[in-house]
Amino acid sequence: MAGSVPLTAAGTNPPIRSRRSKDSGVVKWSLVSAAVLVILWLIGLPLIVVLTEALKKGWHVYVQAISDPDALSALRLTLLVAAITVPLNTIFGVAAAWAITKFKFRGRQFLITLIDLPFAVSPVIGGLIYVLVYGAHGWFGPWLQEHDLKIIFALPGIILATLFVTFPFVARELIPLMEDQGQLEEEAAVTLGAKGFRIFWKVTLPNIKWGLLYGIILCNARAMGEFGAVSVVSGHIRGSTNTLPLHIEILYNEYQFSASFAVASLLLLLALVTLLLKSWFTRKIKN
Amino acid sequence: MASRANTKRGVLPGFGLTMGYSILYLSLIVLIPLSALLLNSTGLTWEKFWSIATDPRVLASYRVSFLTAAVAGLVDSVLGLLLAWVLVRYEFPGKKIFDAMIDLPFALPTAVAGVSLTALYSSKGWLGSWLEPLGIKTAFSPLGITLALMFIGIPFVVRTVQPVLQDLDAEVEEAAATLGASRLRTFRSVILPELLPPLLTGFALAFSRGIGEYGSVVFISGNMPMKTEIAPLLIMSKLEQFDYAGATAVALMLLLISFALLLLINSLQSRVRRAAR
Repeated sequence: MAGSVPLTAAGTNPPIRSRRSKDSGVVKWSLVSAAVLVILWLIGLPLIVVLTEALKKGWHVYVQAISDPDALSALRLTLLVAAITVPLNTIFGVAAAWAITKFKFRGRQFLITLIDLPFAVSPVIGGLIYVLVYGAHGWFGPWLQEHDLKIIFALPGIILATLFVTFPFVARELIPLMEDQGQLEEEAAVTLGAKGFRIFWKVTLPNIKWGLLYGIILCNARAMGEFGAVSVVSGHIRGSTNTLPLHIEILYNEYQFSASFAVASLLLLLALVTLLLKSWFTRKIKN
Repeated sequence: MASRANTKRGVLPGFGLTMGYSILYLSLIVLIPLSALLLNSTGLTWEKFWSIATDPRVLASYRVSFLTAAVAGLVDSVLGLLLAWVLVRYEFPGKKIFDAMIDLPFALPTAVAGVSLTALYSSKGWLGSWLEPLGIKTAFSPLGITLALMFIGIPFVVRTVQPVLQDLDAEVEEAAATLGASRLRTFRSVILPELLPPLLTGFALAFSRGIGEYGSVVFISGNMPMKTEIAPLLIMSKLEQFDYAGATAVALMLLLISFALLLLINSLQSRVRRAAR
């Protein structure tokens, strides 16, 4: 469900208030300290634990864990899956946002609800449905077996499950943004003789690029980090269908805690970079 | 007729192409696979569906999932209101960093959150080693599941309440103060009613995410049937035993109940909104 909260929600400067509605110093500072404690406990501690656990047995174990062949192959697979799924969902997101925001048609709201559907479905169910369609006992299972094609417990299954869970991200960011912008500029471009894709490239894209990038990095973070859906369809074959999040689980279940946290720290880094880019893009959108 | 439709659609090009592609892609990735769940591809009969869905272990897993998600959503609503209030109303050192930290659960892969929270709350962990002597067992108990879901859900509440709090009309508050209302009274009868709809939305988002959550819970829950086994995990273990009919039945029931609950929250929300006007 991450990313389903609209972009405008991210923090902005507080409005200037008159003296009368200000809280007394005691109230203010006790609320601020309570809030800071909550953030440090709920979010800060889990973040620090990843780093300390990863380095508990020293730098040597850390480097060994992340340069292990299985870890590297998991990293390669994770990057490959993101490199395929993020562009596909981006193209869809742009196309859907164009159709939904630049034209009026019946069932518009219904279409938006359908696009949001994957956010409301458990990731495990997101994996299960592909097993029901492409698995050995699924709709196309026998046909696929006859033609020696493997989708479930192989790369295509991982890609499909990741496409499902990251499906709404880009569309979800673009629809409210393009709605606010209306279509006057595009209509002017048409009047001036611009055609199809050129209008999008020259007029629409410059207006939405930061929102688009914002949607893309959230989509990417989820694509690289997805666990439940991928776990169902991957088959957990080491060195072949094991992504980074699944590798964390395998190491953890083998009681190789330091190695597990070392791999986890790579994904924590991804999350921190995502947050940095996110706040940068948010600032760009506001200006 | 055709020209009328054209003027209605406006002069911009690309409707057919983008709409066609969107519908096709939506069908391939979301609608057709999801329909496999409804169209009963595993040859499940009604009797079998019912006997699986009402099996004591399955019912226990629904109870764990819905209860922990509801409690986590409620606690997040209270904490989220506090965080949103402080981040919108006050200035303090490091505010930008704390504000940015709220989004970490959105960006952090759930498996990372799972192993980290387990390490934190296990009997040897920083918080677990301190709570266990007090008789509070967190990891491998429903409390642990709730804590994991609180981590996952908190940004939903903060990020839905924050913008509403920001746009709140300062004049109303000032008027209440001028009329002699205390600060606490102003908060209770002027500010809180305005924040109820976004709080409900935030709760609903955190709750529905919590029901389906898998990665952050599976490590800390201990996965004991009847006690700490969540519904998504039960689907997973049925799949591992190649019990596709069982997995489908549990999944379908889980989806139906969570959609019904979300509909209920939605209607409650529109009632709150109408009452606020």
